[in-house]
Amino acid sequence: MSDSSPSPETEKKVPAEPRPGPGGGRGPGGGPFGGHGLTTPVVKAKDFRGSFRRLAATLRPEMGRIVLVILMAAISVSFSIAGPKILGNATNQLFQGVIGKQLPPGVPKSTIISGLRAKGQDNFADMLANMDVTPGKGVDFAAVGRILLLLVFVYLLAAFFAWAQGYLMAGVSQRTVYKMRSNVDEKIARLPLSYFDGHARGDILSRVTNDIDNIANSLQQSLTQLITAVLTIVGVLGMMFFISPLLAGISLLVLPLAMGITMVIAKRSQKQFALQWERTGDLNGHVEEMHSGHSIVKMFGRQKEAIEVFEERNEKLYDSSFRAQFISGIIMPSMNFLGNLNYVAIAVIGGIRVASGTLSLGDVQAFIQYSRQFTQPIAQTASIANVFQSAVASSERVFELLDEREEEPDTTTPMHIAEPRGAITLDHVSFRYEPETPLIDDLNLEVKPGQMVAIVGPTGAGKTTLVNLLMRFYEIDHGRILLDGIDIRDLTRDELRTTFGMVLQDAWLFAGTIRDNIAYGYHDATDEHIVAAADAAYVDHFVRTLTDGYDTKLDDEASNVSAGEKQLLTIARAFLADPQILILDEATSSVDTRTEVLIQKAMKKLMANRTSFVIAHRLSTIRDADTILVMDHGRIVEQGTHEELLDAKGFYFDLYNSQFVEAYEEAV
Amino acid sequence: MLALLTTYLRPYRKQMTLVLTLVMIQSIANLYLPSLNADIINNGVAKGDTAYIMSTGGMMLGITLLLGVAAIIGVYWGSKTSMAFGRDVRAAIFRKVQTFSQQEVNIFGAPSLITRNTNDVQQVQMVVLFSLNMIAAAPIMAVGGIIMALREDVPLSGILVVVIPVMAAFIGAIVVKAMPLFKAMQVKIDRVNQVMREKLSGVRVIRAFVRTGYERTRFDDANADLTKTGLSVNRIMALMMPALMLIMNLSMVAIMWFGGQRIASGAMPIGNLTAFLTYIIQILFSVMMATIMFVMVPRAAVSAERIQAVLRTEPTVSDPETPAAACVEKGFIEFDRVEFRYPGAEQPVLCDISFSAEPGEITAIIGSTGSGKSTLINLIPRLYDATSGTIRVDGVDIRDMNREDLWRKIGFVPQKAFLFSGTVASNLRYGDQEATDEMLWHSLEVAQGKKFVSEMPDGLEAPISQGGTNVSGGQRQRLAIARALVKEPEVYVFDDSFSALDFKTDSRLRAALKREITHATTIIVAQRVSTIMHADRIIVLDGGRVVGIGTHGELMDTCPTYREIVYSQLTQEEIA
Repeated sequence: MSDSSPSPETEKKVPAEPRPGPGGGRGPGGGPFGGHGLTTPVVKAKDFRGSFRRLAATLRPEMGRIVLVILMAAISVSFSIAGPKILGNATNQLFQGVIGKQLPPGVPKSTIISGLRAKGQDNFADMLANMDVTPGKGVDFAAVGRILLLLVFVYLLAAFFAWAQGYLMAGVSQRTVYKMRSNVDEKIARLPLSYFDGHARGDILSRVTNDIDNIANSLQQSLTQLITAVLTIVGVLGMMFFISPLLAGISLLVLPLAMGITMVIAKRSQKQFALQWERTGDLNGHVEEMHSGHSIVKMFGRQKEAIEVFEERNEKLYDSSFRAQFISGIIMPSMNFLGNLNYVAIAVIGGIRVASGTLSLGDVQAFIQYSRQFTQPIAQTASIANVFQSAVASSERVFELLDEREEEPDTTTPMHIAEPRGAITLDHVSFRYEPETPLIDDLNLEVKPGQMVAIVGPTGAGKTTLVNLLMRFYEIDHGRILLDGIDIRDLTRDELRTTFGMVLQDAWLFAGTIRDNIAYGYHDATDEHIVAAADAAYVDHFVRTLTDGYDTKLDDEASNVSAGEKQLLTIARAFLADPQILILDEATSSVDTRTEVLIQKAMKKLMANRTSFVIAHRLSTIRDADTILVMDHGRIVEQGTHEELLDAKGFYFDLYNSQFVEAYEEAV
Repeated sequence: MLALLTTYLRPYRKQMTLVLTLVMIQSIANLYLPSLNADIINNGVAKGDTAYIMSTGGMMLGITLLLGVAAIIGVYWGSKTSMAFGRDVRAAIFRKVQTFSQQEVNIFGAPSLITRNTNDVQQVQMVVLFSLNMIAAAPIMAVGGIIMALREDVPLSGILVVVIPVMAAFIGAIVVKAMPLFKAMQVKIDRVNQVMREKLSGVRVIRAFVRTGYERTRFDDANADLTKTGLSVNRIMALMMPALMLIMNLSMVAIMWFGGQRIASGAMPIGNLTAFLTYIIQILFSVMMATIMFVMVPRAAVSAERIQAVLRTEPTVSDPETPAAACVEKGFIEFDRVEFRYPGAEQPVLCDISFSAEPGEITAIIGSTGSGKSTLINLIPRLYDATSGTIRVDGVDIRDMNREDLWRKIGFVPQKAFLFSGTVASNLRYGDQEATDEMLWHSLEVAQGKKFVSEMPDGLEAPISQGGTNVSGGQRQRLAIARALVKEPEVYVFDDSFSALDFKTDSRLRAALKREITHATTIIVAQRVSTIMHADRIIVLDGGRVVGIGTHGELMDTCPTYREIVYSQLTQEEIA
C-alpha cells in the first residue's frame, strides 16, 4: 500500500542503503551441488563467537531433537560406511568360488599350493594360501545370499535413519525460524516510532525476511550436511585403515592435497564472486535507472551515454562472472582428478597386493568405493563452512534488531478516563528530535472540546511533529500534555490512542477486503455499522459499484481504487472508530475534482463535535480554525486566530498572502 | 527458449563444439577407467601378473591426467561461453529497450523490463552454464555407460531396464509433489513479506488505532502458514537423497546376486563385475543429473520467453528516413486535429485537438483525472505518435524530424520527478554537460531550490541516491525543474510538476519562471486552478476533447466544466 506515513520531515537522515542480506538474492551462480557456499560472498559476522552462542541458545529448546538428529546421522553414516565392506565380502565369496572351481576337486588346498610353488607361481600360491577356498567347489550361493540379505538390511537402515534425521531436522529448523520471526514481530510492536523513522524500511524488512530465510536454509541443510560429512570422513578413513593401512596411507596423502586445493580455490572464487556480486549490483542499478527513467534519458539526449555505461559495466560483469564461474568450476574436476589419481593408485597397488595374497579382491573393491566417497565431503565441508558463516552473520543482524532499545513501558498505575471530552492542554512543552536542534520550545496551547486547531506552514516545516507528540509516538522532553486534565503519560498508550482518530494524506490501507479495512478501528463492527460509516464518508456508492462490493480485495498497490477513494475509505474508517479527537491531513496532491469535493464534505462532517487538529492547506479550514499554529523549520513560530495573526503582520501574514489571497482575488 | 539459445549461442559455435568434444573425451575416459580396472583384475590379479598390473596402471594414470586437463579446459570454455551468452543477451535487451517509445515501455512496465534485463537473463545463463559444465556429460555418460555395461555383460544389463524407470518414476513423483509446494512456499514467503511491509509502512496507523494485537495475529497466521508449508517441503525433500541412495545401493546388491550367478556359470569373468558396478553408479548418477535439468529448464524457459517477448517487440515510433532540414523558427507548436488512441481501443484518449502555442506564451492544460492531459503533452516529444492529425514544431511535422533534434528543443519536467543517482550537479547537468556552476545555481534559484541545496553539506556535490529517495518529494520536483531550466530549451513542458509543492513555494516558483522564461514556449499541465490562472491560454479537457480554450476570465464566463473545476477548489464563499 502507500508507504509514506508522516515522518518527522526535519529528521531527514540519509537512509541507510538497504543492505543485501547475505541470503538476499541467492547470488548469481549457485549450483545445485552444495556449491552455493562458495558462490555467495561471505558477509562476516562482527562478533562471530557471541552471535554463534546466541544462535545456539535459540536452538536450546530443540536440543533433545538435535542430539537425536546427530545420533541418527551417525547411525545412518555408520551403516552406509559398512555397506561397501559387506559388499566386498560378497565379492570375496564369488572370487573364492571362481578360483575354487578352477582347482581340481578332491585335492587338498595345501597340495595345490606346494604344487604351484614348485612351478614357480609364487604369487598365485600366496594368494591362494590366504583364501578360504575349497578346491573344486564353486560359489557358495547360500553364503552370498546371506551376505546380500544383510546388505539389503544395512542399506535399508541407513536410508531410514538418513530420512528420519532429515525429517526431524525440518521440524527443528522450521520451528526455530518460526520463533525468530515471531520474536522479531513482537519486538517491532515494542520499538519506538523513532526507530522506524530513522531506519530504512528495506533494511528492517530484509532482516525479517531474507536474513531469517537464510538462517532457515542453513539450519536445514548445513547442519545435517556438516554432521554427515564429518562423520563420513572419519568413518571412511577408519574403514580404509581397517582394510589396508598401506592403501589408507596412500589415500591419506590425498587428504591434505584435497583440502589445500579446496581452500585455495574457495578463497579465490569467493573474491571473484564478491566482485561479480558488486558488478551485478552496478549493472542492475544502471539498468533500473535507465529503464525507469526511459523517457527522461531520451529527451535529455543521453541515450548514447546510457548505452556506453551499460556496455562498460556489462563487459566488466562478464569478466568477473566468467572468472568466478571458472575458478569455482575447477573444484569439481580437481576433486575428480584427485579421486581418479587415488583410484589408479589403489587399483594398481591393491591389484598387486591381491595377487600376492595379502589383500582380498573384495577389500580392494570396497576400498575403491570408500575412496570415491572420500573427496566429496571435503569439498562439501568447505562450502558448508561458508554457508554457516553467513547464517551466523544473518542471525547477528536479527539479534541486533532484537536488542534495539524499546519504547518506555506504560505507567504501572494508569489512570482511566471514562468519557473523554477531548480537551487538550500543552503545558510548557519542549521537544527536539536531535539534542542539538531545538524544535518546540516552551509551547503552550489550550484546546477546548470540539475546537479546531489548524497547523500551517511551508513544505518541510515539520507539521507532523505535533501529531507525533499528541499520540505519544515520540516522548516530549519537558512540560506536560494533558488530555481532559490528565497527563497523557499517566494513561496507557492504548487508551490515549483510542481517543484519537487519524486520516492521513497518504491513505494506509492493508491488503484485505474493503470491509475489513473500514472495520479496522472497531473490531466488532456489524455490516450495518460498516455501511453506515461508508455512507457517512460518501464512499458507499463507489463501493457498491465494484463487482465484489465490500468484499473487494485491495491488492498490494490497490490499483483498483484511486487515491481519492482510498482517502474516503480512511475517513470511513475514522467514522467507525468514532474517536473524540481527530487528526486530519488535508490532501495537496492530485485527486480529481469530483472526489475532492466529497473528501472535503466528508471531513467536515467527521470534524463536527470533535476536537480536531488539521494540517491545513485550504483557506476555508484555516479561517474556521479556533487556533492556528504556524510552523517553519520544524518550529512553531506563531500561534493565534486568523485575525490575530494577520494583525501581527508576521510570518503568517506573508504566508497567507502568497499562498491564498492572491489566487482568490484574481479568481473573482 | 530454443530460438533464443540458437540465436545468441551461434557466435560461439566453435567454443561449444570444443566444450562438447571435451565432455565426450571426459565421458569416454571416465568409462574406460573401470574397464581397465576390470582388466587388471581379470588378467593381472587373477593370474598374478604384476607386470601387467603395472603397465595397465600406467595407462590409467595417463587417462586420469588427460581427464583432468580436458575437464579444466572444458570448464574454462564452458564458463566463458555461457557468461558471454549472458552478456550478449543483456546487451541485446538493453539496446532494444532504448529503441522503444513510451508505448512499448508501458506494455511491459519499467519494473518488468528491469527484471527481464537482469534476473531473467541470469536464469537462462545459468542453464547454459550448467548444461555446458555438467549436464552435457549426463546423456553421454548414460549412453556410454549403457554401451559399456552391455559390453561387459548383456543379460546383467537387464537390471537397468528395471532400475532406471524406478529411479525416474521416484524422482518424478517427488518433483510432482514438491513443485507445487515450492510454489506455495514462495507465495507464503511473499505474504509474510507483505504483512511485514504493511506493518512497517502503517506503523502509525496501527498504533493510532490500537491494533497491535490484531496485527500480531495477522503476522502470526502468515508465519505459521509459511512454517507449515516449509515443513512439508523439507520433509518431502528429506526423502530424496536417502531414497536415491537406497535405489542405487539396492541395484548394486541385485548386480552382485545376478552377476554372481553369471560368474559361477562361467558366462562372465569376475573382473567385469567390479566394472559393472561402477558403470551402474555412473549411469544412475547421470539420470539424477538429468532430472535437475527437468527442474531448471522449465523455469528458464519461462524467462527465455519473457526475454523473447522484449526482443520481438518492434518500436512504434521511429526516426524518418529523410529528416526535414533544420528550421529557423523556434518554439512554435501546433496541434492540428490530433487524435490518439491505444492500439485496438474502442475510444480514443484524445480526439480532435487543435491549438497552437508561441514563444513567450504560457499554455495551460486542465481537466479531471483521465481527461487525457498527460497523454496530450507526451505526444509533443513523440513518446507516443498521434494516430491521426499532425503536430508541428516550428512548422515541421514532428514525424519528419530526427527525434534527437526534436528532444533538443524540449525541456520536459515529468509528473514523477525522476532523479538519477549521482550528485545534485550531475542531475542538473543531465541535459547540458557543459553548464557552469553559475548556471546551475541560477536555475536552482528560479526553481526555488537554491536554499535547500545550499543548506546541504556538500551543496551542488551533495549525493543523490537512486530515484532521488534521499530528498523529499517537493525537493525532487524542484530539482527536476531546475534540470530542465539548465538545458535552456525552446519549449518547456511541465506535467503536473508542482503538485508536491505547497502553495507558497508554488506561487514563488511560478513568478520566477514567468520572469525567467521570456523567449521560450511553456506548456503546463496542472490540477490546481491557482497554478494556471495566469496562463495566456487555458485548454480545458474533458473526456479527451477540448471543451474550452481561453483565459481564466473568458473561461469563467463561457466554460461550465472550467467553472466546475474552479468551484471545487475555491469554495463559493471564497470566490464571492
